[in-house]
Amino acid sequence: MGRLNVSLCGIELDNPVIPASGTFGYGYEFSELYDINVLGTFSFKGTTREPRFGNPTPRIAECTAGMINAVGLQNPGVEKVISEEIPKMKKVFHKKVMANVSGFSVDDYAYTCEKLDKIPEIGWFEVNVSCPNVHGGGMSFGTSPDAAAEVTRAVKAVTDKPVIMKLSPNVTDIVSIASACEAAGADGISLINTLLGMRIDLKTRRPVIANTMGGFSGPAIFPVALRMVYQVAHAVKIPVVGMGGVSTAEDVLEMMMAGAAAVEVGAANLADPFACRKIIEDLPFAMDKYGIKELSELRV
Amino acid sequence: MKNTFFEITSNVPLTDSVYKMTLAGDTDGIDAGQFVNIKLDGLYLRRPISVCDVGESELTIIYKVVGHGTEQMSRMKDGKLDLLTGLGNGYDVSKAGEKVLLLGGGVGVPPLYLLAKKLIKDGKKVSVVLGFNRRDEVFYEDEFAALGCVVTVTTADGSYGLKGFVTDALPENYDYFFTCGPEPMLKAVYKATKTSGQFSFEERMGCGFGACMGCSCKTVTGFKRICRDGPVLEKEEILWED
Repeated sequence: MGRLNVSLCGIELDNPVIPASGTFGYGYEFSELYDINVLGTFSFKGTTREPRFGNPTPRIAECTAGMINAVGLQNPGVEKVISEEIPKMKKVFHKKVMANVSGFSVDDYAYTCEKLDKIPEIGWFEVNVSCPNVHGGGMSFGTSPDAAAEVTRAVKAVTDKPVIMKLSPNVTDIVSIASACEAAGADGISLINTLLGMRIDLKTRRPVIANTMGGFSGPAIFPVALRMVYQVAHAVKIPVVGMGGVSTAEDVLEMMMAGAAAVEVGAANLADPFACRKIIEDLPFAMDKYGIKELSELRV
Repeated sequence: MKNTFFEITSNVPLTDSVYKMTLAGDTDGIDAGQFVNIKLDGLYLRRPISVCDVGESELTIIYKVVGHGTEQMSRMKDGKLDLLTGLGNGYDVSKAGEKVLLLGGGVGVPPLYLLAKKLIKDGKKVSVVLGFNRRDEVFYEDEFAALGCVVTVTTADGSYGLKGFVTDALPENYDYFFTCGPEPMLKAVYKATKTSGQFSFEERMGCGFGACMGCSCKTVTGFKRICRDGPVLEKEEILWED
């Protein structure tokens, strides 16, 4: 065991740093810049039953210390993810990967997870019940404890791999939803997905994003994310993956002190494609500075 | 794709709102039609700017001041810039015939410069039509002429060159074209041209290197990312969305 090692749902990670879904594709763009095997793992682009183009453009807006996106789950669909993306990913990433899955019905989630369950490279499922950018699905499952529990049970029924439920911050009571997922058999919780936000172009007086609203991410949301990770980690017994505005090694330590077993890094990858490697390289120095011998000692 | 630091060697206005910046650094792998993505202090996302010219260790970019990022750039006199280089699928000159037409509009003009240089070097006959709104917006006419291109300038209000748009000044004889400019111009070029050609597109980007799907478009051959599968697309694969 190295000092950066952590365990996530029974699978050992060399370090807790995990690029978040939707900011890292299937890894191969980043592998042109650095060896992505330095990562703990990564969560691949959200996959749905059918191919999706997503929302019209512009899909991106900037804001102070962050950004807003309304991509809308663009992905080639589970069949092509299995036949084209995972074979390409395997060439550059040799660890267990996290499969991020989304859907528009309970059956969609189960179908996609059942297909992906056969892929040995997949270590965990991260089930997105929190996408703010699609209508009639995604986040609507993550805003009700019963619906989130129903998705959890449906996915658990088709796989023995650990199932991590990715939750939305756009709710009044995050703990009730996390607890419902835990009671329904979830092996872990990851949070937070993006906060619903928007920008208006002063020149055109119209929303910057074609879809009007989008998911707000980046360092600006870190305190909100940390608070919700803290609340959930203190309420459930299953591991919590913390994310939301994490940009530095210090942020990783803070998330772990709030109770995260591992930490995802999202928007930072887009602003600086080396962000995750830098965080991993900086972690031992940050740990020295704060007298942390091993990350495993930080778990609450 | 590479991440390197460049030293600003000059930054001068060409018009009221268009600036030319030269930078010294590692230009290996930078090609015509590609862009660089520039990190700026205090702004979260990088700014994608097309490549105008490239030498052994010198990079030229031309940009229009349209927002906070380009405004900040316009005030820079020296110092270092963090650039991602070698981004995007540039112009494929192997498809060009012998008599090549380049059509540029406004800040769509700069990426055609390095392309013209390459085409001239390959022994092609290059005609260039540069479109602007007004006389005081015109730039790079002499630079294209100095390469050996036949240059025509159009202005929408007729205050310089031919009155009208680039599509009003198409030459009789060309067997392939390359174009870059605002989308209404690209649509007009698509309709007015009779040969194959390549179009360079613009879109708001998140990452600029294909990871975030922020700048996707639909094409005849499927979904493409402007930042990675583009910005240059071939005429035959374009699907216009209203």
